[in-house]
Amino acid sequence: MNSVLDYLRGNHAAVLDALGQHVVLAVVPLLIGAVVALPLGYLGVRFRWLYQPLLNVSGVVYSIPSLAVFVTLPYVLGTRILSPVNIVVALAIYTVALMARTVSDGLRAVDPALTEAATAMGYTRTRRLVGVELPLALPVVLAGLRVAAVSNISLVSVGALLGVGGLGALFTRGLQLAYPAPIVVGIVLSVLLAAVADLLIVALQRATTPWTRLAERRS
Amino acid sequence: MDDTPYLLDPSHWDWSVAGSIPHLLLAHLGYTALSVLVGALIALPLGMLIGHTGRGAFLAINAGNAGRSLPTLGLLSLLVTLMSIGFLPVLIALVVLVVPPILTSTYAGLRSVDPNAVDAARGMGMSGLQVLLRVELPMALPVVFGGLRAGVLQVVSTATVAAYTGLSGLGRLLVDGLALNDYGRVVAGAVVVAALAIALDLLLGLVQRRVVSPGISGRGLGRSRPARPVAESPLDAGVL
Amino acid sequence: MKNRLEGTMMNRRSMLGLALAGGATLTAAACGGGEDPLAQETADSGGAAEASTVVIGSANFPESELIAEMYAQVLEGEGVEVQRKFNIGAREVYLKALQDGSIDLLPEYNGALLSALVDGGAPEGVSTPEQVYDALQDVLPEGTETLQQSAAEDKDTLTVTAATQAKYSLTSIEDLAPVAGELVCGAGPEFQERYQGLIGLEEQYGVTFKEFRPLDAGGPLTIGALTDGTIQVGNVFSTDSAIETNDLVVLQDPKNLFLAQNILPLIRSSKNDQAISDALDAFSAKLTTENLTQALAKVQVDKQDSASVAKEFLTANGLA
Repeated sequence: MNSVLDYLRGNHAAVLDALGQHVVLAVVPLLIGAVVALPLGYLGVRFRWLYQPLLNVSGVVYSIPSLAVFVTLPYVLGTRILSPVNIVVALAIYTVALMARTVSDGLRAVDPALTEAATAMGYTRTRRLVGVELPLALPVVLAGLRVAAVSNISLVSVGALLGVGGLGALFTRGLQLAYPAPIVVGIVLSVLLAAVADLLIVALQRATTPWTRLAERRS
Repeated sequence: MDDTPYLLDPSHWDWSVAGSIPHLLLAHLGYTALSVLVGALIALPLGMLIGHTGRGAFLAINAGNAGRSLPTLGLLSLLVTLMSIGFLPVLIALVVLVVPPILTSTYAGLRSVDPNAVDAARGMGMSGLQVLLRVELPMALPVVFGGLRAGVLQVVSTATVAAYTGLSGLGRLLVDGLALNDYGRVVAGAVVVAALAIALDLLLGLVQRRVVSPGISGRGLGRSRPARPVAESPLDAGVL
Repeated sequence: MKNRLEGTMMNRRSMLGLALAGGATLTAAACGGGEDPLAQETADSGGAAEASTVVIGSANFPESELIAEMYAQVLEGEGVEVQRKFNIGAREVYLKALQDGSIDLLPEYNGALLSALVDGGAPEGVSTPEQVYDALQDVLPEGTETLQQSAAEDKDTLTVTAATQAKYSLTSIEDLAPVAGELVCGAGPEFQERYQGLIGLEEQYGVTFKEFRPLDAGGPLTIGALTDGTIQVGNVFSTDSAIETNDLVVLQDPKNLFLAQNILPLIRSSKNDQAISDALDAFSAKLTTENLTQALAKVQVDKQDSASVAKEFLTANGLA
């Protein structure tokens, strides 16, 4: 415990840098991934035959170890091997794999009676999607976003094996020096970061889907 | 070295060569199997207890995301620093990874059981344990399997970190490939790990078909299923 | 059910908010994709824009990181803008990073670098630091150059425990040849395919180990595996204080497989200028095996952070 405090005293600037880098490396791919997953998930509903392949591909993508993706991407993208872009793209791919199917599931779970009502009210397909289906699917979609956020935050640290890993640098440093303090600091900050991200998304969900609480209270 | 892709070079598949892909594959399977076994032995009884009694639900519900947020690389580095190298640190890190999805899905599976069925079983004079084992657990199995499959998927992919601490397994292809800047070896590692993950998932899918009663899965009853089972894909349990 | 429908229809305003939030997300993501969010981290976007910044890298072990930090502070003292990208990996990886422009400068070891750049190891008759330095000049990757080398030396060694040494009466690597079939060797994964590694050991000494365990580059994994008997022979750096603490024995290398290993800066020519090379030369002139070993022990044993150890070192040597 004391050694952890000593470590923090001597290294707070480096730790904060690592934390900042960690946040960027986790959040940017989350946003990109979510934006890509929305239309992809919709296609999985619009064209039913696409749903199963979407599911399968997601499963396969998710089973590829992150380290392999980090190392391979420069050859695919032509980026430099130490570029954070590799980490960002890799985690965006995982985010898409996780979220495309939750978007599909969320849309599929919308009560057909509601979409029919919207159609009867003269809603076009697009307006119905944006005004009725997407909002109703939001709780499921955001549940997927929570999983992706937490998973991204944990995966970023693997990038440290290539020198780009936010808090993961504290893990490799601790291992190289046989020094537990930086590792403990890294783990605690990483878990806290995940908790904060999770709470923020829950708050976002409460703010954007007030009717779910309304329905709960009335039922 | 020549131009043959790492994966296709027969010498890399030669059993008599130490460190060839079959050796790494076997070690990887060993790490995976042992971690999942130990993890299931912890998570299944605990999940059943929580699901059956309803006590400790908070733990079961939040275990999933809490476990996912713990960076395995960090945990493993810490364990190795505190304990020294060997299989034990890897086993602990992987068990910590696999317990949450199984625990959460076991709990959720038991909770999803129709209370009427439980009441009926009680009415028939079944004891608490009988209700759990004969009614709740069989009905919860599809969901439990979802968690198990998610856990296996995560462990197969994450067991690669064992190589970072000097152990064997398919992670060797990734870590050595990285150290040697041998990109073909890294790709080979990724392909074999993904193939293993898919194979194991298919296998568990078959086991699931065998183990889950047709009365619950709706298979072979000549009518369409009332609803999609909660855990059709390994990713499901993650979302729970 | 009806409530839900009403809820949906009546919440136009919150829908608008949602759409705006979505738009913001899109914009943020577009920024993320288009103009690198970590621009100051990468220099990916053109590089020319940040021509003045020198990106300093290091290998994945503490000594390399410590010297890289010293380089960084020396250059900062000269008013040069630097950026640190430490702990990249093994030579196979960081040389590539140097060539693709991810980094501009890093500390190197002349003999290991020469051996890595020449097929089949260093040429015959090259053994003194000066010979190594001269030979190196012919094979450096295009667009890179070395600055003056320091007197500080850190060799790769093969190291055993006192018990193993006594059991097989080992004094030099030559003595390993007859017994290596019973011994397990541990080192960083790169060691198995390097000439200054298993290949050279076999070619020059006829040493073939029973097994190779890929661990880390002379770090705690290797030391730990040596002391707990997982391996009997480990690749340890000669400046490592763990050799003394753990009563380890360094085997002699009569055939100079592990060449002179003087520390020197390797830099991309496009980033080198008079001010930079003068400053680094002045630094290298002060760096010795002894003061480096002492400074490194502060990092490895006392767990001080490399930035303050580097600062202390530069101050003590009149460089800051």
